[in-house]
Amino acid sequence: MGKLVDDVVTQAEHASVKYVAKDFASDQEVRWCPGCGDYSILAQMQRIMPDMNIPREKIVFVSGIGCSSRFPYYMNTYGIHSIHGRATAIASGLKMARPDLMVWVITGDGDGLSIGGNHMIHLMRRNVDLNVVMFNNQIYGLTKGQYSPTSEFGKVTKSTPQGSIDYPFNPAALALGSSCAFVARTLDREPKHLQYVLKRAAEFKGTSYVEVYQNCNVFNDGAFFQFTEKETKDDSVVYLEHGKPLVFGKNKDKGIKLDGFSPVVVSLTDGMHSINDLLIHNEKDSTLAFIMANMTYNAALPRPVGIFQAIERPTYDGEMSKQIDATISKRGRGSLDKLFASGDTWMIQ
Amino acid sequence: MSVETKTLDEVTIRFAGDSGDGMQITGSQFTSTSAVMGNDLSTLPDYPAEIRAPQGTLGGVSGFQIHFGSTAINTPGDMCDVLVAMNAAALKVNLRGLVDGGVIIVNTDGFNDKNLRSAGYDESPLSNGSLSKYQVFPVDISKLTELALADMNLSSKVVDRTKNFFALGMMYWMFNRQVENTVEWLKMKFAKKPEIVESNIRVLKAGWNYAETVDIFTVRYDVKPAKLKAGRYRNLTGNSAVALGLVAAAEKAKLDLFLGSYPITPASEILHDLSGYKNFGVKTFQAEDEIAAIASAIGASFGGALAVTTTSGPGLALKTEAVGLAVMTELPLVIVNVQRGGPSTGLPTKTEQADLLQALYGRNGESPVPVLAASTPSDCFYMAFEAARIALKYMTPVFLLTDGYLGNGSEPWLVPTEAELPDISKPFRTNPENFQPYERDDETFAREWAIPGTPGLEHRIGGLEKKNKAGSISYDPENHDLMIRIRAEKVERIANDIPLAKVDGDESGDLLVIGWGGTYGAIRTAVEKRRADGKSVSHLHLKYINPMPKNIGEILPKFKKILVPEINLGQLIKVLREKFLVDAIGYNVVAGLPFKSTEIEQKIEELLGGL
Ligand SMILES: Cc1ncc(C[n+]2csc(CCOP(=O)(O)OP(=O)(O)O)c2C)c(N)n1
Ligand code: SF4
Ligand SMILES: [Mg+2]
Repeated sequence: MGKLVDDVVTQAEHASVKYVAKDFASDQEVRWCPGCGDYSILAQMQRIMPDMNIPREKIVFVSGIGCSSRFPYYMNTYGIHSIHGRATAIASGLKMARPDLMVWVITGDGDGLSIGGNHMIHLMRRNVDLNVVMFNNQIYGLTKGQYSPTSEFGKVTKSTPQGSIDYPFNPAALALGSSCAFVARTLDREPKHLQYVLKRAAEFKGTSYVEVYQNCNVFNDGAFFQFTEKETKDDSVVYLEHGKPLVFGKNKDKGIKLDGFSPVVVSLTDGMHSINDLLIHNEKDSTLAFIMANMTYNAALPRPVGIFQAIERPTYDGEMSKQIDATISKRGRGSLDKLFASGDTWMIQ
Repeated sequence: MSVETKTLDEVTIRFAGDSGDGMQITGSQFTSTSAVMGNDLSTLPDYPAEIRAPQGTLGGVSGFQIHFGSTAINTPGDMCDVLVAMNAAALKVNLRGLVDGGVIIVNTDGFNDKNLRSAGYDESPLSNGSLSKYQVFPVDISKLTELALADMNLSSKVVDRTKNFFALGMMYWMFNRQVENTVEWLKMKFAKKPEIVESNIRVLKAGWNYAETVDIFTVRYDVKPAKLKAGRYRNLTGNSAVALGLVAAAEKAKLDLFLGSYPITPASEILHDLSGYKNFGVKTFQAEDEIAAIASAIGASFGGALAVTTTSGPGLALKTEAVGLAVMTELPLVIVNVQRGGPSTGLPTKTEQADLLQALYGRNGESPVPVLAASTPSDCFYMAFEAARIALKYMTPVFLLTDGYLGNGSEPWLVPTEAELPDISKPFRTNPENFQPYERDDETFAREWAIPGTPGLEHRIGGLEKKNKAGSISYDPENHDLMIRIRAEKVERIANDIPLAKVDGDESGDLLVIGWGGTYGAIRTAVEKRRADGKSVSHLHLKYINPMPKNIGEILPKFKKILVPEINLGQLIKVLREKFLVDAIGYNVVAGLPFKSTEIEQKIEELLGGL
């Protein structure tokens, strides 16, 4: 970092106060529709922040455009509400310039997968140390209800009166296919799980990608109710927990086992299978992560939720700093006079 | 036979051959030797658009032109006096750039049936009399090279690659220069490959000796040293100069340089150069596209870096929306556009000035951005530094326009020292008391730069309209109107902080030629020649286009006519007409080529004749 930035960073007197959640609420009035799932995500984020033990001024939220992307205005940290789809690229530049900061990207299914899809996959393969929270409501909220890249085939929206003929992305599989180091899915209506996943994402070094199923009660109400409402959720969701078998169901009476490479549902009460037959989740196994991500749109299987993969590898920003440090320690800090006079020079008397 | 020596004030020579023939190295060696001998000079490489066009074809011809002299040299030369053609295609492509009566040295081995066919000749131009108005010197360069290396046991491929140095040796003889400079270069460059050093030195000397002993050349030329300012010089291309200027600006601003870029001809060299300056803490990021490139730079700028993005026309088109974000967030950012032929993919390797209006106006909304333009390759250094200074001081994105001709062209650069460059550092805001992100400096209208990591200054910025001072979102109609005017005023105020425009020549008269960017050399030469003939003509070259120097409005009425030559269909002229209501006359050719000074001279004559 340049001298002036170093001065700011080294001279900063960071308060040693213990934060509480409301220290992270800004003075801006929150303006999402009443009942919007975004409120819960904001609340859980503010709740986990004190546990991060990072001074508020060291945290930056960068977003694109969309309802979800209003998020940074409501966090009492540094923030950029940028342009549609580009938050990942802006945050990448920020993190490269300032590896000392904790940088979050807030994006939506349109912002992050449609207009910003290209930047997203490149961020993932590079593994810049950012935390991405993708609010998936399977709709374009801010522009008032067009289908999005995660809307289901056949979805009737304002722009698809006869049903969408686009096949949706499976964000977790896309992320894994893009070599994203940390890939997770959680739900706006499961605050404890949401908090857990956000915390894990924050602690993970490298690109962490968290897809949050988020209800847009105005334009796509109930898109995820099967996975969030009492009557159906237990039989429709399987939680991935590292080192544990994949058990689900109201009475924990069902599980997932592998039949070849295909996951299948088995009953734990019909006497044919026991818990020992079940697939054990392993966050460090990327092959397994693909198999579980691919359960996503399979109607015969419960929806996988949790941390698909968490495998650390060198970060882009870390490698960038390393190359610079190595060059400076080998050649010394550059001098302009030497640089100007390098190459073929000659004197005129 | 005695050899006569003629003294020339200036001369232009061109080396041309197949892209594999090493013409760029040959040209740059001739340049380096001439520079060391004290000539002023200017050069322009001419690469084929294809990386490996089929051998011997017109599309595969690579050229290098150098204009050097004992007088001030402003351009790489309109027409060449001497053409070295290594094959038939090179002759065909370059003949029309040769003056009548000019010298042609050809490698006869490059004129066999296959070469002739590839070049589209029905019969050899060497024997059908079609070159009668030139002085043609046919030399079997390939054969002579082979002979010179006969006992070295080299592969025919290696031998073939050495023949360019035979041509170079002949040219050194013809222009009375020694081979030592190139010999030293070879020893340094190929220190680990003694065979290459040995073979090239041999062939270079063989070429020199051949010209000395064989009675084909009857004239030698002497070009005396120019009167240049004393000091250390270095030959520099515009692209390298931009890179150096940016590093210098970062050092003098006490910031780290961050470059977000995506490769594109003819701007990529800036990315290449900067990626080699890691010992200055320079961070270069080759993004997935131009949008990510500028976006990453905006992020870095928010973090307190001197942020830059470099590109050419098509890339700038992609960056447009993000430039607007930088305008709105009022973050410093330097955007370099090395212009090339457009529209669309256009002519990637050719030069043009057709992106001026895009830089000035090509965004949604009222989105004022300062626009600077470099005038010569070495001026690129100073204008890059200046672009950074303005960006940092006024918290704004700044465009620096150069072009393919400036970017690839080179000229001697009087090497400055760090101490000569001004300190452009400005402390970040750290005091949390009464902090408002969009509070402004009374004089510059710049907002303060507060970076993450500073306790108590947590704030959010973005592309939505800002409430004056507070910086929070505002949809208030009066506030929007006010902010639009404030942003415009901020850019206008830069006019208080840039040098007044200076006319070259008399400050009033019959004709003022106004140019901008890379046409400087051609206009300068043309105006000087006409003035030497007693014509009342002056030259004004704009380096600051938005805002313009404050005295332009006073200068224009002092001339009866105004001529604005541009390599576009009339872009600066639109701005001048709009701002100053002047009845300026355009001279516009958009051929992907730099102007020749003679065509501008003709236009000047035409206008002055009618007075
Ligand atoms: C360049 C550009 N194109 C289009 C828009 C309009 N636009 C704003 S948000 C949006 C979609 C947002 O959808 P999503 O990312 O899913 O966010 P949500 O509102 O659902 O949270 C669109 C198309 C824009 N602001 N900028
Ligand atoms: S439109 Fe939907 S996503 Fe947007 S704020 Fe309203 S409920 Fe939330
Ligand atoms: Mg959405």
